[in-house]
Amino acid sequence: MTRTGLGWWVLILPAVLLLLVFYIAPIAQVLAISFSEPEPGFGNYERLFTSESVQRVILTTLRICLITTVLALLLGFAVAYAITLASPRARSWWMLAVLVPLWISVLVRAFAWVTLLRRQGLVNDTLMSWGLISEPLPLVWNEFGILVGMVHYMVPFAVLPMLSAMREIDPRLLAAARGLGASRGQVFRQVFLPLSMPGVIASGVLVFIFSLGFYITPAILGGGKTLMVAEWISLQILDLIRWGLGTMMATMLIVAILVTLAVFSRVVDLRRMFGAGG
Amino acid sequence: MHGTYGAGPAGRGVAWITAMYLVLPILIVIPVALTDQRYLSLPQEGISFRHFATVLTSEEWLGSIWQSFTIAVAATVLAVTAGTLCAIGCWRISRRSTDLIRVLMLLPLIIPSIVYAIGLYRYFGPLGLLDRFLGVVLAHGVTGIPYVVITVSTALAGFDPRLEQAARSMGASLSQTLRWVILPRIMPGIVSGAIFAFVHSWDELVMVLFIASREVFTLPRRIWDGINENLDPAMAAVAVLLVGFTLLLLLGDRALRRRTEAG
Repeated sequence: MTRTGLGWWVLILPAVLLLLVFYIAPIAQVLAISFSEPEPGFGNYERLFTSESVQRVILTTLRICLITTVLALLLGFAVAYAITLASPRARSWWMLAVLVPLWISVLVRAFAWVTLLRRQGLVNDTLMSWGLISEPLPLVWNEFGILVGMVHYMVPFAVLPMLSAMREIDPRLLAAARGLGASRGQVFRQVFLPLSMPGVIASGVLVFIFSLGFYITPAILGGGKTLMVAEWISLQILDLIRWGLGTMMATMLIVAILVTLAVFSRVVDLRRMFGAGG
Repeated sequence: MHGTYGAGPAGRGVAWITAMYLVLPILIVIPVALTDQRYLSLPQEGISFRHFATVLTSEEWLGSIWQSFTIAVAATVLAVTAGTLCAIGCWRISRRSTDLIRVLMLLPLIIPSIVYAIGLYRYFGPLGLLDRFLGVVLAHGVTGIPYVVITVSTALAGFDPRLEQAARSMGASLSQTLRWVILPRIMPGIVSGAIFAFVHSWDELVMVLFIASREVFTLPRRIWDGINENLDPAMAAVAVLLVGFTLLLLLGDRALRRRTEAG
């Protein structure tokens, strides 16, 4: 390495040191605690196989995350498709509809959903005043409420990777297929859909891993009855002071995310997914 | 792609419904904030600004807004400084040797903040950083670095490295090259990264739930307590103010990008 080259390495140093000391170290400690408290060994991990409540939380989380991913992909696909085919003018409006929710505080969004969905909320009030229902529907503080809020949060994340894949599709291919006599449905199924598949998978992975560790929305809209992993961890640490169990689940969360990424890393270019400039 | 092949009615319908699902529920906070009632409801007899007045004259809310703002500014300075230098370093050093650093930079985006938050809770205790301004700034600043690295790396991708080599060969030192050649060219990327880092800290709740309690009581923390304890229209007023502020930042970012693309 030349002397000039060394200068560039010095530029990297502050960020790397900050991340190692104030990011990696605390997380490494979480991994360590899961093996050392309350007593050294794999005791906490045995709970994965023996404790019914641990298993229930994991199953609930997986179920909610899978449903969220599927719904966010379906809705996001329709939006990405509409954006791809829209005129440039309409496209910027569509993009606004995707980006505005993405930027607005997750707390504001959860609050808006509570306002709409609770027992005396606007949806129930409206339905009652129209005489469509006689009792308020249980729309929030249950799994349904969590799903409404999570899908709402995740759709923009589903749209963006699919959109970038769809924009790379050569429009002449679609025109050619039409010209050769394919119906609109055939063009979609046999040309457009296969070509946008990498984007769909990238979106699915992104939404799934973001959903797994989601805390605020499930905590507010679940009302403490339907527990997902993140809220369960917080409960173990803050209320029950069971560091061993809490950190074990946190470790499992990281493992689940890394495994998902590893499985799909052949199909998905991670760096591109997070927009790290090629 | 317009004109050659259009979406079918079913596709368009789902897209429209999704767009409304994304945007409309957020707008509901506006009429609720303007209600003349004492409880969460639509305005009954007229609109009233008293819930905004409640928030804007409350020492608690103003204190939290100020605290969140100062924390976010400090965290942004930290993230932008470290992130920009890192992105420039990675850009000049060969790709292969900085691969590990790039992976490191992705971790805060992938690992859920709950995991980091419980880690910090334990880690900050012995360091005396719990419930301290500095502790929250460090947590928000460090997790903000990746956003800056990404936006600055993107800006650098469009920068001709020969300019930097020319400057160096004409005798400019590293700091002179940075100051006069590289930084002015990537300024839009830096500002964009700063906006991301600021919003990241401004909105962050999970970490502060664990590492702050009394002394540091940020705006998201106060909203969180409000949602869990008393759902009143003042919450909606706060939400409207937040939405307005966020939209300003978003429009600023878009204007910046447009100017960069045009220039």
